[in-house]
Amino acid sequence: MRPFVYERATSPEDAVRAARGKVTANLPPVQAPGQFIAGGTNMTDYMKLDVMRPEILVDVNGIDRNRYGRIEEFDGGIRFGHLVRMAEAEEHPAVKAKYPVIAQSLQLAASQQIRNMATLGGNVLQRTRCDYFREATWACNKREPGSGCSAMDGINRRHALLGTSDQCIASYPGDFAQALIALDALVETQGPKGNRKIRFADLHVEPGNTPNVETVLEPGELITFITVPSGAWTRRSMYLKIRDRQSYEFAVTSTAVALDLDGDTVRDVRIALGGVATRPWRSREAEDALKGKPLTPETASAAADAAFAGAKPRKYNAFKIPLGKETVIRALLETKNMEA
Amino acid sequence: MNVAVPPPKENMGQPVARLEARSKVTGEARYSADFPLNNLAHGVLVTSAIAAGSIKSLDLEAARAVPGVIEIFTQENVKGLKDPKFGQGNSSSVQPFNGPKIWHDEQMLALVVANTHEAAEDAAYRLRASYDETKPSATFDSPGSQTLDAVGNTESHKEDPKLGDVEAALATAPVKIDVKYSTPTQHHNPIELFSTTASWQDDKLTIYEPSQFVYGYKNGVAEQLGVDPANVRVVSPLIGGAFGSKGPMTPRTAVVAYAARALNRPIRCVVSRMQGFTTATYRAETRHHIRMGATPDGRIVAYSHEGWEVTSRPDNYVVGGTETTSLVYAYGAVGTRVQIVKADRNTPGYMRSPPETPYMYALESAMDEMAAALKMDPVEFRRVNDTQKEPIKGRPYTSRSLMTCYDQAAEAFGWKKRNPAVGSMRDGDWLIGMGCSTAIYPTNIGPAAVRVRLSPKGEVRIETAAHEIGTGIRTVAGQMAAEPLGLDMKMVTVETGDTDFPPAPVAGGSNSTASVCSAVLVASNRIRDRLFRAAVTSNDGPLAGRNPGDLGMKGGMIVAADGASVKLADLFGQMGSGVIEEYVEHTPEGMPPESMAKLYSGQSSFKRGSQGDKIRFAFGAEFVEVRIHSRTREIRIPRIVGAFAGGRIMNPRTARSQLMGGMIWGIGAGLLEATEIDPRAARYVNRDLAEYMVAVNADVNQLEVILVPEEDHEVNEAGVKGVGELGNVGTPAAIQAAVFHATGKRIRDLPIRLDDLLNV
Ligand SMILES: Cc1cc2nc3c(=O)[nH]c(=O)nc-3n(C[C@H](O)[C@H](O)[C@H](O)COP(=O)(O)OP(=O)(O)OC[C@H]3O[C@@H](n4cnc5c(N)ncnc54)[C@H](O)[C@@H]3O)c2cc1C
Ligand code: SF4
Repeated sequence: MRPFVYERATSPEDAVRAARGKVTANLPPVQAPGQFIAGGTNMTDYMKLDVMRPEILVDVNGIDRNRYGRIEEFDGGIRFGHLVRMAEAEEHPAVKAKYPVIAQSLQLAASQQIRNMATLGGNVLQRTRCDYFREATWACNKREPGSGCSAMDGINRRHALLGTSDQCIASYPGDFAQALIALDALVETQGPKGNRKIRFADLHVEPGNTPNVETVLEPGELITFITVPSGAWTRRSMYLKIRDRQSYEFAVTSTAVALDLDGDTVRDVRIALGGVATRPWRSREAEDALKGKPLTPETASAAADAAFAGAKPRKYNAFKIPLGKETVIRALLETKNMEA
Repeated sequence: MNVAVPPPKENMGQPVARLEARSKVTGEARYSADFPLNNLAHGVLVTSAIAAGSIKSLDLEAARAVPGVIEIFTQENVKGLKDPKFGQGNSSSVQPFNGPKIWHDEQMLALVVANTHEAAEDAAYRLRASYDETKPSATFDSPGSQTLDAVGNTESHKEDPKLGDVEAALATAPVKIDVKYSTPTQHHNPIELFSTTASWQDDKLTIYEPSQFVYGYKNGVAEQLGVDPANVRVVSPLIGGAFGSKGPMTPRTAVVAYAARALNRPIRCVVSRMQGFTTATYRAETRHHIRMGATPDGRIVAYSHEGWEVTSRPDNYVVGGTETTSLVYAYGAVGTRVQIVKADRNTPGYMRSPPETPYMYALESAMDEMAAALKMDPVEFRRVNDTQKEPIKGRPYTSRSLMTCYDQAAEAFGWKKRNPAVGSMRDGDWLIGMGCSTAIYPTNIGPAAVRVRLSPKGEVRIETAAHEIGTGIRTVAGQMAAEPLGLDMKMVTVETGDTDFPPAPVAGGSNSTASVCSAVLVASNRIRDRLFRAAVTSNDGPLAGRNPGDLGMKGGMIVAADGASVKLADLFGQMGSGVIEEYVEHTPEGMPPESMAKLYSGQSSFKRGSQGDKIRFAFGAEFVEVRIHSRTREIRIPRIVGAFAGGRIMNPRTARSQLMGGMIWGIGAGLLEATEIDPRAARYVNRDLAEYMVAVNADVNQLEVILVPEEDHEVNEAGVKGVGELGNVGTPAAIQAAVFHATGKRIRDLPIRLDDLLNV
């Protein structure tokens, strides 16, 4: 770890000001000199690996928890402050009962110890686990734009097949974000240019030619709240996570599914895919393939095919096409059988 | 008594808790990097980003500028270290600080020493190296790798076992299989990180380092530094996991000692988790080609096993597991060949059951395939080929309870309920499979020395340099004294892991219980004899004139069968003794007499289980149930049962823990563990515990360990066979068999992952 200045913000304004302090060039937020730290489970990991090298580290834990550390149900949805810990959200009775996909996506992530520390704001911005990104001596376009991508022809079992570019195939590792994108969440931010609302689906961007740009946020822009609208589909929802071991592993593949059924017929459906894409991934193609049809193994299978139609496999991750499809089919059929 | 504290069966000691249990769970226990030292400086390693070539230059300027940096040691300013001698004492023959050549990925380039660990780490990141790079060979099949026969090119694999004409036997065998297996690179990843702390007082050096062989380190570091070994002390009282990785000394130790002398200041260097993957040893990847022939009634008429193992350029490391596999069953003919493949890699080293884990995986997987080809029950197939004599030279086993293990484990597991038809068992969406495997491990024993002291109050103190790697050696050594001396374990103190104590062999090859307990037993019996003689020869004591053979010890007294007794304190008074002490050097029968002297100079040797007129092995049988989701194919293990026979079980509690830990490791080895190598660069990529996966609690469901009573008076004085490495030997093959039973797919390359099972 390299030396840095540590500041503890007591309000979002404070935090934004402190983090903006030293901005000189137009850098993407992950490379800006000022960085936020919340639970620190992702930030300190990458600082120790010499991948993140903040000059100013702004601790946001001193911000009023009564306002920013709360989960509030309101008419039409639920709102999470950015300082809510993963463990708090997964145990919240309303989240468990009315948004099971959210509770499960959190509960199946990381370990209990990490979830006790990690915040929802930090969670959605966690960075990829690409091994070549994590080890600073490899060529990596995300870490050092233009240096090359070591994963492209390297060990890429954990890498993405959807939303990739010829610059970067790193997968977005998080689980919670899949539930958020499936449920049309909104993100509220406070930044140097004031407050704004961003559709969660617009928060992350594909790598394209600039894999170092991961979100539409600006340096020093703080996520303050995440809001999830309720809908007919939120209760009948689940998160299915497939992995090599039973716990404490990122998804090999995963699916967030939310269903609104009229008898057997799909009135509305939300499908998001984890472990296979460069960003939180909503599959409208799969949803469109199901809407208005009865949910059967056959229609589920057609939806799964649609979800992976555009997949571009590399040497070691091609198995994630059949696996990803089976994950979607299994999740749809299990969700159909839920009591809602 | 409960599952974790099993009541002793026949020929088993008491399930006493570990002596250091409380200090470990309360955090009081002190590991090597915990010793407080005055004026300590901190060292951080810098390692290479290439696997082959040489250092062109090191740019230290930015690193030196970091406040708090004291000195940076590199090949430029480290002078006069001798190259280590490769062999059991040293992990490699290369001391990287002696020259610019890079032999492997993440080789040590520099040791940055600073006032704080943080400053040293910061500086380490700022050190820039430039290289003359050559194209490395990563592993098997890599261009530039070199294949050699192990026989003639390695120290430990002196012959390829063989019996009769295996090719002829194969040619005429009615039922045949011809199969290939592989096992991946694995790393020990003990939770206690690797570390060295070196401190000089004038010309006396003390090293605190987790070590499975303190006498080896003492002599090895003295040799490299060119100092008298008498001036070096190595301290390693408790080790937080080792599994072989802390057996041979790695080149770091001498460098840290050198730097501490140069700066005249104690230095502690704790190696990061990532650097632990390349600055210590590992289990190299292996390949196997097995051909087996059998008669329709299941007798194995031919067994041919070729093995390949990766090693480094400078050192020809080999495990050569055919020495064991060729003895397991009553084969008609045997042909084996072991080859090593030299690549640009760090030198491999021991890892829990080094030869048996990969080679028995291959043999036992082949046994299951042959049973399937014969349409025989896999347990019955083993029974048909069970033997009390090894097939090659016909030497008997001192004891072998393999089929008893099978029968007890099969019963507990419910093997009878298994439907042998592949893919026939199912629970909802989950496919069920069941498989089994033999476990075997040689009983090795080496020379060991101990000091046992008894006080008039009945306190026993045992000192030995033996290594408490978490197995419970202190506890069982204590039991070995407490039992003959008739004392409560509360009266026993055992000190280990210090070269100021009498030497003990390397904690490897599951020899420690046999070696150390044999010496403790001899010492305790001598103390008893001295007491008994004193009691019967005293002029007027209650036991005067009796036959020493009729006496016993109990509760701090010498007692006769009729109840007459004398208190220890009284007897000590009569003898005019303050304490009674025995220093015992125990050299196992059949070992060269000079092996004891060699132990003092850091050379540990064993009488191996396969040596001698009678051979000595512990056996076990493991049964596994797997469940595989019919769609997404993730593999889970709801149940695993193992039954093991290991001669006298000193302590059923610690023995069960060892075997359980082995089986859990086996689950990881079967399904999860693999160090991934980027073939282009010969570099490891998944160097942390999130990416290098081992089984977590949620992967372990029902696990049962059955200790099968076994009595063996020939195996050694103590009658014990080591069980530390037995537990993980059979598990991966049993999993492989169970996956086949569930799916009809033979996945022969470990680890078995869902990738291989899709689209069945
Ligand atoms: C071993 C391991 C296993 C894991 N397994 C999983 C898993 O299976 N599934 C999964 O989903 N996750 C997993 N995680 C990731 C974990 O969920 C994240 O590390 C965690 O959620 C991050 O939250 P934090 O509060 O600790 O973030 P921090 O580390 O504090 O911050 C992370 C990033 O977000 C930024 N940030 C933090 N708060 C804000 C804010 N309010 N506004 C703007 N930027 C902000 C920081 O600057 C930083 O870039 C795992 C992590 C580890 C270490
Ligand atoms: S996949 Fe992306 S993060 Fe990984 S090495 Fe390539 S550019 Fe870097």
